[in-house]
Amino acid sequence: MEERNVEELERRFQEKIDNDIRIEPNDWMPDRYRETLIRQISQHAHSEIVGMLPEGNWITRAPNLRRKAVLLAKVQDEAGHGLYLYSATETLGADREETIDDLHSGKAKYSSIFNYPTLTWADMGAIGWLVDGAAIMNQVPLCRCSYGPYARAMVRICKEESFHQRQGFEIMTQLAQGTPQQKEMAQDALNRFWWPALMMFGPSDGDSKHTQQSMRWKIKRHTNDELRQQFVDVTVPQAELIGLTIPDEDLKWNEELGHYDFGPINWDEFWNVVAGNGPCNKDRIDTRRRAKEEGEWVREAANAYAEKRRMKKAS
Amino acid sequence: MNALFEYLLRVGDDSLILGHRLSEWCGHGPILEEDIAMTNIALDLVGQATSILKYAGEVEGKNRSEDDLAFLRFDRDYRNLLLVEQPNGDFGMTMMRQFLFDAYRKPLFEQLTNSSDSQLAAIAEKSLKETKYHLRHSAEWTIRLGDGTEESHQRVQEALDTLWRYTPEMFIDDEIESELRKTGVTFSVEELHASWTKIAKEVFDEATLVIPDNNWEQSGGRKGYHSEHLGYILAELQYMQRAYPGMKW
Repeated sequence: MEERNVEELERRFQEKIDNDIRIEPNDWMPDRYRETLIRQISQHAHSEIVGMLPEGNWITRAPNLRRKAVLLAKVQDEAGHGLYLYSATETLGADREETIDDLHSGKAKYSSIFNYPTLTWADMGAIGWLVDGAAIMNQVPLCRCSYGPYARAMVRICKEESFHQRQGFEIMTQLAQGTPQQKEMAQDALNRFWWPALMMFGPSDGDSKHTQQSMRWKIKRHTNDELRQQFVDVTVPQAELIGLTIPDEDLKWNEELGHYDFGPINWDEFWNVVAGNGPCNKDRIDTRRRAKEEGEWVREAANAYAEKRRMKKAS
Repeated sequence: MNALFEYLLRVGDDSLILGHRLSEWCGHGPILEEDIAMTNIALDLVGQATSILKYAGEVEGKNRSEDDLAFLRFDRDYRNLLLVEQPNGDFGMTMMRQFLFDAYRKPLFEQLTNSSDSQLAAIAEKSLKETKYHLRHSAEWTIRLGDGTEESHQRVQEALDTLWRYTPEMFIDDEIESELRKTGVTFSVEELHASWTKIAKEVFDEATLVIPDNNWEQSGGRKGYHSEHLGYILAELQYMQRAYPGMKW
């Protein structure tokens, strides 16, 4: 009897999805849908928070006051995105602190791009242009995600991301039009961030274990490879426009398909970084863990103070 | 010496250097909400530094931009308070430094909104709005930490004990102040000090913190005699401009 009930609920759930009716926090949903969303949204939240570190690395060294202010504003946006996204996971019953602990223990993942170091100022340009550019490709379809709170959070996030992408491209343009030293700095950043940016879309469709189910649930609307292709097609002309060279000898326009063909991605590197062996994985997690540990007494004090106030009010 | 130029450097450098210090916190805050708040305050301070130093450059009349002034002066030419260049320490130290400063800047900007120099008055008016919010934030944290747990009380009291010696420098009444006061550009330092003392006392009372009885004063920043910390701040701040001179970013 109960089993039939669940089947019926699942049928109605899928029907809603098929009719593009949004799922809201109090609606019935399959456990696996809930788990998939918590995993994906918290991964996204962690990426925003860890992503503050490589850019935060350059705030105190930004080359002028305007760039410093823009970078500060960008990193602040990222913290804000993290906050909405953690709140979205809370609508699914996840606990923010536990979610963060999973990041610190290595159980939860985040975008592996943030495990690469930011070595020069040009990396602020490359991250904005390529990393935020790739993020937008991934995230625009999420504005139509079947889960209401996530979709709505993404609408706001995407607006800010597109500003981030523009400021990154503007940094790169300025460098590419600058002195030979600046142009070299820009090209070097592109060389280092191009392939990791392509890896941001995740494994190839054949190797992606979550894609199929996520597409049926309309959490995802396009496959990893489709999005990656779209990113390459949009970004290559941008690089040409500012006179930088994409570091891929196999890259060429395919007239027949109307797409760029590009060379093979080094998936060994990708899986290695995902597994924790990227250049900065340990630093990033250690930094986040330390921030939490060193802030423990502050959070305790805030709670103790709030409790005292409650007691005072009650008496 | 151009008194107004010198004065603008003081106000502008305070914003610049404290903004720099706060931005060091980015990504390391005790809670996400504080990462957002501290970044936001840093952003306001950098914005203030930009408009004040831009105006300073105009007043000086030597064709120096806000970036020239922020990034290309030498250590002894900075005019910020010693207080704002002090290291972040723990969150309690950072909030105490911020509170001591905000409680000075709010009445300062209130005064300056009436300045006979219309551009300074306009800058003060905009900055005052931001500073009111900064003060509310740092005062709330001072109270929360002071009256929180035993540990937080002790930490923030130690921060007050450490930073107290740098507070008299905010109220030094020198020839720059007296000259500008003559033409109504600036106002009574004594009144400013009284306003600051009132705010500080109220907050410390509520926070159960004790004002140190050690009245040893440490000053020099306004004349360009800094602590050893400033050199390292400038090494970071100026890195790009020094390593790649004359380039556009």
